[in-house]
This record gives sequence, C-alpha cells and structure tokens, in this order.
Amino acid sequence: MATLETAPAHEAEHEHAGHEHLGFWRQYVFSTDHKVIGIQYAVTGLLFLFFGFCLVMLMRWQLAYPGRALPWLGKLFGEDRMPGGSMLPEFYNQLGAMHGTIMVFMGVVPLAVGGFGNFVLPLQIGAPDMAFPKINLASYWSYFLGGVTMLASFFVPGGAAQSGWTSYAPLSVIAGQGQTMWLFGMIFLITSSLLGSINFIVTTVQLRAPGLSWFRLPFFVWAQLVTSFLLLLAFPPLEAAGVMQLMDRLAGSSFFMPSGLVVSGQAAPYTGGGNPLLWQHLFWFLAHPEVYVLILPAFGIVSEVIANNTRKPLFGYKLMVYSLWFLGFMSFVVWAHHMFFTGMGTTMAAFFQTTTMIISIPSVVLLSSLLLSLWGGSIRFTTPMLFALAFLPMFGIGGLTGLPLGLSAADIPLHDTYYVIGHFHYVVAPGTLFALFAGIYYWFPKATGRKMNEFLGKLHFWPSLVFINGVFMPMFIQGFAGVSRRLYDGGASYDFAKGVIHWNVFMSISAWGLALAQIPFIINFFMSIRRGEKVGDNPWEATTLEWAAPSPPPHGNFVTAPEAYRGPYEYSVPGHPTDFTPQFLSATQQAG
Amino acid sequence: MEIPFTVAERPDTGLNNGKIGIWLFLASEVMLFGALFASYLMMRIGAAPGTWPRGDSILNVPLATVNTVVLISSSVTMVMAWASLKRNDFLKFRLFLGLTILAGFVFLTIKFFEYSAKFHHGLLPSKNTFLAIYFTLTGLHGLHVIGGMAINAYLWGPGAKLWKTDPEHFTNRVENSGLFWHFVDLVWIFLFPVLYLL
Amino acid sequence: MGDHANHADIDRQVRTYIVVFVTLMALTFITVAISRLHLPIPVAVTIALAVATIKGGLVASYFMHLISERKLIYWVLGLTVSCFIAVLLLPLGSHFDLIHN
Repeated sequence: MATLETAPAHEAEHEHAGHEHLGFWRQYVFSTDHKVIGIQYAVTGLLFLFFGFCLVMLMRWQLAYPGRALPWLGKLFGEDRMPGGSMLPEFYNQLGAMHGTIMVFMGVVPLAVGGFGNFVLPLQIGAPDMAFPKINLASYWSYFLGGVTMLASFFVPGGAAQSGWTSYAPLSVIAGQGQTMWLFGMIFLITSSLLGSINFIVTTVQLRAPGLSWFRLPFFVWAQLVTSFLLLLAFPPLEAAGVMQLMDRLAGSSFFMPSGLVVSGQAAPYTGGGNPLLWQHLFWFLAHPEVYVLILPAFGIVSEVIANNTRKPLFGYKLMVYSLWFLGFMSFVVWAHHMFFTGMGTTMAAFFQTTTMIISIPSVVLLSSLLLSLWGGSIRFTTPMLFALAFLPMFGIGGLTGLPLGLSAADIPLHDTYYVIGHFHYVVAPGTLFALFAGIYYWFPKATGRKMNEFLGKLHFWPSLVFINGVFMPMFIQGFAGVSRRLYDGGASYDFAKGVIHWNVFMSISAWGLALAQIPFIINFFMSIRRGEKVGDNPWEATTLEWAAPSPPPHGNFVTAPEAYRGPYEYSVPGHPTDFTPQFLSATQQAG
Repeated sequence: MEIPFTVAERPDTGLNNGKIGIWLFLASEVMLFGALFASYLMMRIGAAPGTWPRGDSILNVPLATVNTVVLISSSVTMVMAWASLKRNDFLKFRLFLGLTILAGFVFLTIKFFEYSAKFHHGLLPSKNTFLAIYFTLTGLHGLHVIGGMAINAYLWGPGAKLWKTDPEHFTNRVENSGLFWHFVDLVWIFLFPVLYLL
Repeated sequence: MGDHANHADIDRQVRTYIVVFVTLMALTFITVAISRLHLPIPVAVTIALAVATIKGGLVASYFMHLISERKLIYWVLGLTVSCFIAVLLLPLGSHFDLIHN
C-alpha cells in the first residue's frame, strides 16, 4: 500500500486561505460555522427554557390556588383556556404536556448538546469546524422548525398536545389537533438530533488534532460522544412510533388502539387489535436514554470546570470514561422501569429492576470521581465553580431518589406521584441546568472575549440554589403522602392530601423566588457582551485546546494548527513554574 | 477553510468522513425499521388466534416478487455505477446510475398499482393491524426509495460536476449513495418474505 | 476500496458482483417457491428468515463492501445490532410475561 502524505499537515496549509466576505444572512443566520450555529442553538434553547418556565409558572398559580382567577393575565388567555381568568383542566394539561416537551426537547438538549457541543467540541479537539458544516446548518433549522411547530400548536382548535409529554395511547390518539402537531414537531426535532449526532461522532473520530489520542481527550468530549451515540440509536424507534401514532390518528389504524375501547359511552371508531403498551415500549426506548442525554453533557461541563478550578487533574479519568460507555450501553436495556405497573410479570420486572440497579453503578462512579477530584485541590470559588459544586449534591439527591423508583416493589406507592416529579426535576433542574449555567459562565469569555460579572454571578447563584430546593424538595413529601402527578388541582380534591397540600403554596412562592433570581443572570449576560471585562485567550488558565484559540475564535478557529502534547488536565505538575501546563504548548513553547 | 479527511482517509481509522457518516446514518435507519419490525411482531402476536391473515391471501406475491428482482438488480447497477467511476468510465457510470434510478421508478410504479388495488377493494390501514403495519412498513420503505432516487438523480445531473474538479470525492459520494441504496434493498429483502410470504 | 485500487481489483470485484446477483436471484425464487408449500408457521418463518439473512448478508458483505470494512464500522454496527435485538425482543415480555399468568 502506498504511503499517504500526512493529511493534516497538507490540509493545514489551506486553513489560512481567507474566505470571501459573506453577506449578513450567510454569516449570521444561515452560517455553516459551528460557533455561530452553537450560539444559535444556545440562544434558541435558552428562549425555550424561559418559555417552558413561564408555562410552569402558570401551572404553579393553579396548583397553589386551584380554581382562583389569575389577576390581569388570566383574561388574556381567552374563554376556552381560562374562562374568567380561571384555568380549565384541559388547559392545565396542555401546559403540563408542553412544559415537559419544551424543556426536554427544545430547551435542555439543544442547549447542552446543540449549544455547548457545537461551540466547544471542535475547539477542544483542535478542529477548524465540524466534519459536515452544511449538515450542521440543516440540523439547527430543523430544530427551529420543530420548535415553531410546537409553539404553533397552542393556537389550533382544541389547543396544544395535552396527553403528557409521554403521549400515551389511547388518550393521545383520540386527542385534538394539537397532538398531531406535536407528532410532526417531534419528527423535525428528531431529524435535527440525528443529523447532529452523526456530525458529532464523525468530528470526534476524524478531526482530532495531531497528538490528541483518545485518552488525552477532555472528558467533555467523551461525554458528548457517548451522548451522540445515545441520540443516534435511541431516537429512531420513537420516530417510528410517532409515524404509527400519526397513522392511528390520521388513517384510523389501530397500532395502539385496543379492541373494545369505549370513549364517553360510545364505542371508539377503531377496529382495534392494537397494543397501547407498544407505544410505551417505543417511547421509553428513547426516553430512558434521553435522560442520560440530559445528564451526560452536564457531567462533561462540570468535569471541565472542576478540574480547572481545583488546579488538579480529574480523579479517576480513565474509570470515568469507561463508566460513560458502560452507562450508555446499559441505558438501552432499563426502559421498562417506567412501565412497572403495566401488568408485567415478575420475570420482566426482575430483569428491568436488575439492569436499573446495575446502571446506578457507573452513575455513582462518575459522581464519586468528581467529589474525590475536589480532595486536596486549590479551589477557586468562581461563579462557574459554584454552579459545578452545587451540581454534585443536587445530582446526588436526584440520583439517590431514583433508586426506590427503580425497585419495582418500592415503586408501588411512589409511581406516578409527586415523588417522581421531585426526583427527575432534581436531576435536570439543580442538576443539569446548574451545570449548563456553569458552562455559560465558563465559556462565555471564549465566545465573546469578555468575562461575565462575578458579583452578579453570585447574586444569580445563591438565591437560585435556595429557591430551587424550595420548589422541588416538598415534592418528595407530597409524593410519600400519595399525591398523584398531573392533577390539575394539585391534589386538593383528595382527603388524604390534606396534610401536605399547603406545600403547593410554598413551592409556588419558591418558584417566584427562583424566577427573580434569574434576573441578575439575564442582566449580566447582556451587559457583559458589551461591557464585560475584556480577556485574552486563556482567562481561566486552563489546559484544554479551546483556550489556544483567540477569544472569540475567528472562522477556522486557530491561528496556527494546534497539536496536543500531553493529557487534558496537567494542573499543578510538580516542579513546573505555573500551576497549569496546557495541552497545546510544546516543551519549547512552555520554556519560552 | 478545508475540513480534513473529507476525501483522504485518516491514517488511524482508515476512513474518510463521509463513509463513517453514511454508516452512522444507516445505523439509525436499522433502528427505525427495527422498531417497525418489532411492532409487526407485537401486532402479530397480539392478534386473536386465526385472525392474522397469511400474506399471500391478501397481498400480491407475483408483483412483489417482480419488485424484489427489480430492487436487487438496481443494487447491482448501483455498485456497477461506482465501479465504473473507479475504472474512470464516466459514461458507463451515467448509464448504470440511470438504470438504477429507472429501476426505482419501476419499483414505485408497481407499488402504486398495488396500493391502488388495495384501496379500491377497501383494504385500508384502518381495516386491521396486518394492513396497518403493511402500509406503514412499505410506505416508509417507499419514501426511502424516493429519497434514494432523489440523491441519485442529483449525482447523475448537477452533482456530476464534481467529477471534473475532484473525481475521488465524487466517487466517494457515489459509493455513499450506493450504501444508502443497498440498505433500501436490504430492508426490502426482509420486508418481502415477512409481509408477503408468512 | 482505497483510492489506489487498480483495474485488476475492480475487475475481480465486478465478477463477484455478478456471482452475488445470480445467487440473490436464485434465493429469491427459492424463498417464493418454498412459501407456496404452506409449511407450518414456525418452519416457514425459520426458513424465510434464514434465506433473507443470507441474501441480506450477501448484499451487505459484497455490494456494501462490509466484508473488507474497517474496525470502527464493525464496532458501530455491533452496537447497533445489540440495540436492534433489545428493541425487537424485550417488548415481547409484555405479551409473554403477564401478571395474571
């Protein structure tokens, strides 16, 4: 076989070839630059997070004061949603279903994967861009279209989807038009995700800079890689299920419609023979790996911030990487722990319970490694570090509260109660969302060339930490008391809930506190773009490749093609003059 | 700005970007059709005993056999299109790719007649779960045939410009399109016996 | 399929494609012929799936060049096949393992 010339060196010459001046639309709207696309994903994701938060604020009013008219705003929603300002149960259900859908599919994942992944990954591996820049562009706009479809669904007759973010059949099949739009919206979102995951995997495999071998990769990159595999393989079955639900709704098939279904005293117009559980299997086949999609990028971000702010390498880096892969693989065979009460026998229950217990092991390894990484560190309590530190116990609570849910017997009293809502919100709200905040504060200087204000950062962090616990901790109490989820009055009509119903008011007030706590963040974000303290390439004195690029990086990212000379977390190397040794500086460059 | 390894193979993986990309996409398609086959299983197993029709009692086996022959032949012409480019024979490439697209047309035409006949006799997806999964599986497969034809048509027409400026890149694109087309054939190879013969 | 394959290589591959094509045609007619025997379902299913797997294997190995592909592709496909098996088989538990057995 003829020897190939070293492709990277050959192609590096082309990196200096200037690109022609692009018009406004090609440069800022329909850009193929991963940094622009990453920021588009991040901004759009943040806007959807805000919108999803507004939806739940409406719900929290209803939960705190069931049936009471919402002052001023209430009338604006119209007679078919809030007659006289008082929320209809149907509208509550729309808010609930869309809150979940928007937060998961249009908020957190686009920000965590589309935003952070797109912006940081190519920089951290020393690449000029993603492997497929045009596919990256298509991926963002597909997401955008999906988002628009979902938002538009609020305005069709009957309103938005209202069968939970889980869209269980047969209810979802007989629901109004909004559900059809939900299904089409999901198809756009899934397409976006598939295109993105292909891009991330090829980019990570193929575009690593010279010297950046697999175990020299920052943990963030590993986390995004495993996440991409989860998205690639887990989403298609939901897409298939979505097509089948569309067939049931539009073509009258009975994939998910059982025989003999009666709706409001009338036989449902379906021939039947279908299986509602099939929907659940295909939905949860995606939705369980999806929760790891929600957490893995967070672990990635927190790892980077912790290593940087302890001035120490990550503890157990290699074990953490193996845990990532094991977790990813196991995530495909645990899903029916969401289905323990569908009539399954003991064999199936035992199987899924066992796999679920096994999957907690790599989670614990990851959390423990990060905790142990703090030991003996010189901790810098910067704003990103505060969020990263808070992530650890918050994710701990979220993860631990999941254990009884994964055991089929303990799940009996807890299933479908507020305990579940408390559990998963802990992982994704003070868990992932805090990690995402850490990431924003950490990489904002790289993206803009300016630091965010530390005082405002702390003003954002501390009240957020207090109030977010105020919102979600009481849910465990309500759950233990047996208060079911998805009740439009928060359990007020049930006698057994009497002793715990007052927590609804407490949680709603905490939610307001949490909302107000975001104001310093919003002010800080916009103010710092123009007036933040200007910084150079490496303001955090970090070691990974993205800090070799200018802040902000130009098109093509690096002034000279970078190379990796060592591992990703060479902090506090004994005998070294500084407490950090960047990956991208050769021995001679360090000396000079 | 050039993206490395778009055409050249990266030494340690031995692959170029597009080849990995298309295989990853095919992996996702395996899961898509896999979920539908899983649904077929659930529908069939869940049907009341004796109610699940034999494929050949409702569906047109001779027509589908012709379609199977058509698709397999189109897989040969597809790979021959790529091989022609490897042999530097652009005209043969155009011939073979054109035949591949034509075969796609034949396949879809036959499917059109099949579907029309079904609808005419009131055999709709709503009638029973066998027909529901039949139309969904073959319908989604048909959409993939259309998609493959569209890409091939692009490579036959405007996309062929790339042959002049970067023949290796163009050949790789044809190979990757071929991988997609073969996958479409592969799905049919399983669809045909499962739906029509069992 | 490296970029330095010479003409003899391609000629050999083309001959392989023709052989595979003929085999696929033969297997297609065999599977249709056997189906007309109306064998009991378990036997019919086994034979039909076995033939389909052989046909699919030939398409994958020779038309898709899988037989001479790189390790990375094999790993991706291995992972995919495991997930495929999971989604195909585990939901069947809802039919076979019920609480009122």
